[in-house]
Amino acid sequence: MFTNYALSLVIWLPIIGGIVVFVAGGNGRAQLARILSLVVALLTFLATIPLYVNFVNSSAAMQFVENRPWIEAFNVRYYLGIDGISLLLILLTSFTTVLVVIAGWKVIQRQVNQYMGMFLVMEGLMIGVFCALDAMLFYIFWEAMLVPMYIIIGIWGGPNRVYAAIKFFLYTFLGSVLMLVAFIYLYLQAGHSFNILEFHDLKLGLTEQILIFLAFLAAFAVKVPMWPVHTWLPDAHVEAPTGGSVILAAIMLKLGAYGFLRFSLPITPDASHELAWLMIGLSLIAIVYIGLVALVQEDMKKLIAYSSISHMGFVTLGFFIFNAQGIEGGIIQMVSHGFISGAMFLAVGVMYDRMHTRLIKDYGGVANKMPVFAGLMMLFAMANSGLPGTSGFVGEFLVILGAFQANYWYAILAATILVFGAAYTLWMYKRVLFGKVANERVEALKEASPREIFVLGVLAVAVLAMGVWPMPFLDVMHASVDNLLQQAAASKLAPVEQISLR
Amino acid sequence: MNTALPNIGVAIPEIFVFSMACVILMVDLFLSERRRVVSYILSQLTLIVAAVLTINGMSHPSTLAFNGMFVHDDMASIIKFVIYVVVIFTLAYSRGYLRDRGMYRGEYFVLALFGVVGMMVMASASHLLTLYLGLELMSLCLYSMIAFQRDSKIATEAAMKYFVLGALASGILLYGMSILYGLSGSLEISVIRKTIATMDPGNVPLIFSLVFVIVGLVFKLGAVPFHMWVPDVYHGAPSATTLYVSTAPKIAAFAMIMRLLIGGLEELVPSWQDMLVIIAVLSMAVGNLVAIAQTNIKRMLAYSAISHTGFFLLGILSATENGYSSAMFYILIYAVMSLGGFGMITLLSRKGFEAERLADFKGLNKRNAWYAAMMLVLMFSMAGVPPTVGFYAKLMVIQSVIDVGMVWLAVVAVLFAVIGAYYYIRVVKLMYFDEPEDTSAIRMEVDVRAMMGLNALGLIAVMPWVGVIIEICNDAIRAL
Repeated sequence: MFTNYALSLVIWLPIIGGIVVFVAGGNGRAQLARILSLVVALLTFLATIPLYVNFVNSSAAMQFVENRPWIEAFNVRYYLGIDGISLLLILLTSFTTVLVVIAGWKVIQRQVNQYMGMFLVMEGLMIGVFCALDAMLFYIFWEAMLVPMYIIIGIWGGPNRVYAAIKFFLYTFLGSVLMLVAFIYLYLQAGHSFNILEFHDLKLGLTEQILIFLAFLAAFAVKVPMWPVHTWLPDAHVEAPTGGSVILAAIMLKLGAYGFLRFSLPITPDASHELAWLMIGLSLIAIVYIGLVALVQEDMKKLIAYSSISHMGFVTLGFFIFNAQGIEGGIIQMVSHGFISGAMFLAVGVMYDRMHTRLIKDYGGVANKMPVFAGLMMLFAMANSGLPGTSGFVGEFLVILGAFQANYWYAILAATILVFGAAYTLWMYKRVLFGKVANERVEALKEASPREIFVLGVLAVAVLAMGVWPMPFLDVMHASVDNLLQQAAASKLAPVEQISLR
Repeated sequence: MNTALPNIGVAIPEIFVFSMACVILMVDLFLSERRRVVSYILSQLTLIVAAVLTINGMSHPSTLAFNGMFVHDDMASIIKFVIYVVVIFTLAYSRGYLRDRGMYRGEYFVLALFGVVGMMVMASASHLLTLYLGLELMSLCLYSMIAFQRDSKIATEAAMKYFVLGALASGILLYGMSILYGLSGSLEISVIRKTIATMDPGNVPLIFSLVFVIVGLVFKLGAVPFHMWVPDVYHGAPSATTLYVSTAPKIAAFAMIMRLLIGGLEELVPSWQDMLVIIAVLSMAVGNLVAIAQTNIKRMLAYSAISHTGFFLLGILSATENGYSSAMFYILIYAVMSLGGFGMITLLSRKGFEAERLADFKGLNKRNAWYAAMMLVLMFSMAGVPPTVGFYAKLMVIQSVIDVGMVWLAVVAVLFAVIGAYYYIRVVKLMYFDEPEDTSAIRMEVDVRAMMGLNALGLIAVMPWVGVIIEICNDAIRAL
């Protein structure tokens, strides 16, 4: 019984819960809105745990499948199912949302019901993206996400929030509409079906594949974001409230990477191989160039935003070198980056709430006043630079290992991120937390509250656990990744016919 | 030819609305100013009863009546039904606005009802004369409704412009029709179709008449390059009338295109397809780009209407059953969205204050979160963002052009949709991110409030049943 509706439950529980919070928490009942949203977020997280427990690791087939007709005239189906790749991302989503709700407990004082409601609705929509096996359903979840995020950045963001919100919306909307055209084309080619798994088996010519690949690229590259369409991210990140930054960095960026795995690689394998040079090139530019850009940032949130782009370059690099280490490393890097970037944004948020500035030069010697907080942030800074024993190391190591098999130079260039990553993160850490107390505002700082320590502590445990013992994460995805590799390796082109000379 | 008693049974709804309009005109004479609400209630009842009559009279095989001048089929019934519903909402939204401005008179409702009769006749026309009769009946009512606020200079100017340009367009349409008559010897659309099928498609007089007919139709639709009247009329007319002009007549115009262009001239698809491609692309481009520059929300929505016309034409120009039904779906959904958008403008206006500048929407979320949320849904639906039904409308028309192999046109369309999204989300920005300029309370009657909720939330709530609506459109087109 549970397995029949498990996915619908984790999608609709937060969406409906969010609407309830929105309605019930109005007219100054802010505390009620907070408690209600925490309950909904926790329930959703609990509901996702059975997905992991009941998941059959050895199978690459879709599990917990729900398949019902929806728009019959169009053969759009309400078709849900998950494999090992989406499972991890769903867990990450429900886990992060709980932390975001707790992190916004005191900080958000304006329109609390709208803030919490939006986050819950967004959680449901993001899980929906990871579950959807019908292209139209996928697209609906994918686009609907823009609406709450637009409002979150626009209402609760920093001084330049309106510009950032509109830029975010238009950039991502532009990318996705081209994907829509590709979906409709595939729908007509597949004999009026939006079933993603049928798209995987669809025979397509090379030109078609390349055009479809580029349409997908427009959508996914903007979301990841890849160089050169990354410019919305620093603006959106910097202006978004802490919770918004966390959701953006931890989950939204993963949606783009997930799109590559679910659509680009299996549907257009030949084009993926054909254009791998482009993808690898863009990824390496992101890793190296954006790493350098991060080095010179004066704003902490901007620095972490650029660091995110650079780390996501690792993910896309891993996907397009076509071996198991690369793809698994990329997926592990996605999850680990979700924890680490989320934690970094939360840590900056803790300081910002006290000082109301994000500029590095306004800080100095914070460790003297907030020792416990400084210790936790140290761990995240180390993880962000890829220290062995933290989750940041596992993904990067696997990707570099895979890159070595593909091409020596990719690996060498990619490995520079370890140097740059350490440089910009630790340098920022040093300037903000170490040294003498810089000014009287830092002098007035008090240790982080138990609520904040709790949130960061939970993330610290996750980062360490994944770094020391990554097997539970790797085990669930093995079968799915193998299957994906087979699909990506199988050419869809008809074999060239022998031209007889006679 | 059957010269016996014409089969009037199929025209019962038309006859009923027409008679009721006359009755209301008489009754209204005997009402004092305080009892004016009786005319309002009678008009609403008329529309409700007409809706029931139309639904009851739905018959699947199409029937001709009045010697082939009037056709009764599913498409006509559905279109008429939606027109009643839209007009019921329109009159309800307008009530407060009309009362505040001394326009709350029986004549306004009577004109609205006669306009409905005109639209109904257009929907059921199978003869050039009936078609023209319906069109003119509707247009005359619109002209006078725009000029209804006699002491308003801008409204009178708008009415004048609309009248002159509308008369010109009618003349052009009539000229095209007269050439068709000359070529085929009949005014009956089905006969014209049969004659054209036997003619050489390159026949010069035939192409000539086609161009005139298309210009006339496109003029009435308000697509580029014949769109000049749209912003001025939408802006100048009293908001309540703009609401009326921008909704139901669009649906009627769709019916006219189906009857005349598809029903009569479908054999000439290769000739008119290219013309419509140009008109559609231009409409999407001009509509969306110029809307960005507007500071008046009525003008902005007018340009948005032009761009929606472009999208709607995508369905028509793909010239397949699938395309026509997507165009039908699009226009029905557009009418509902436009109803909400202009309805909101009408509702937010007060005595002596027109909520027509974009700035008037600043901080609406802080003044009234409910209306802001409704406007948010409407704007995202117009922009075509899922899960609102506006997305499905765009999806349908884009799908229909890809289906006939015009992928480039689909790409152009979605790119203009992105450009269009900018000015819709700017309205959301004003409502949610900005501080209000004017903090006076917003009051509204309960019934209107509920209707607006139904109107806007309906755009999301129908999501599970979108398929059913698409199915209905498909069936209606297939039964033609």
